[in-house]
Amino acid sequence: MIGLSDYLIVAACLFSLGVIGLFLNRKNVITILMCIELILLAVNINFVAFSHYLQDISGQIFVFFVLTVAAAEVAVGLAILVAFYRTRRSIDVEDINSLQG
Amino acid sequence: MLEAGFFYLFAAMSIIGGMGVVLARNTMHSVMFLIFCFFNTAGLFFLLDAEFLGIILILIYVGAVMVLFMFVIMMLEVNQAKLKEGFLQYLPVGGMIALILLIEFIGASSSGVFNTETIAAVGHFGKEVNNTVEIGKILYTQYLLGFEIAAIILLVALVGAIVLTLRTRKDAKYQNISKQVNVRKEDRLRKVRM
Repeated sequence: MIGLSDYLIVAACLFSLGVIGLFLNRKNVITILMCIELILLAVNINFVAFSHYLQDISGQIFVFFVLTVAAAEVAVGLAILVAFYRTRRSIDVEDINSLQG
Repeated sequence: MLEAGFFYLFAAMSIIGGMGVVLARNTMHSVMFLIFCFFNTAGLFFLLDAEFLGIILILIYVGAVMVLFMFVIMMLEVNQAKLKEGFLQYLPVGGMIALILLIEFIGASSSGVFNTETIAAVGHFGKEVNNTVEIGKILYTQYLLGFEIAAIILLVALVGAIVLTLRTRKDAKYQNISKQVNVRKEDRLRKVRM
């Protein structure tokens, strides 16, 4: 019998993979965005698992909202990336220093 | 039994896909692995009686978001080898943080708090329960404000993405509509006496 904790462990593995990906692929903005997607996916698995095991459908509504925000974030993030590439001809994170940050 | 088998299949495949995203040398391969991961997670959602969200995950994520990623990767001419320089430089600190997080999460989720009898006894809904209908019933009543805010967020993202990437080319020829409409006969027509 598959319990709630099994789903939580899968989500924890995906979340940790996303975090480790953020550290390993520090130069590539596209991979960083994909790792954020992975983290949000882990959160969604948690929401759906709790929604099922607590018999409360509100969790699935929140997954819907998380999906909306993630899609908006990707659209704007990739648009910023394309605009940056046009001016600098590079998407290296270390070249993104015009604001001296 | 069959359900447990499918759970382990989907879980293992989605974790393999996640590892592929992180470790793949080529960014395009990362996108492919993420699509694989999304498909298997959709399978997990189906096992959890969330059919609507599983379909949404495949349609929106695989069909729209990952295709957007692919288009951007294809449009940008990126030196893949240069991006992978110093790949292992941050492995100790990143690996340590991720490992600590993983141990904490697994410890918390297998501590027994989430395996009480009421939770463990949950079965699947019958054929008469329609997940989409249930979501619709609560989304358009109790969470109506959230739904409207989500719509506005999507509108802002749409306008923002267009504004960020739009560029007016100097050599392109445009119509000037007001000039075109306001033109009078005297401006264009010249009477010539033969």
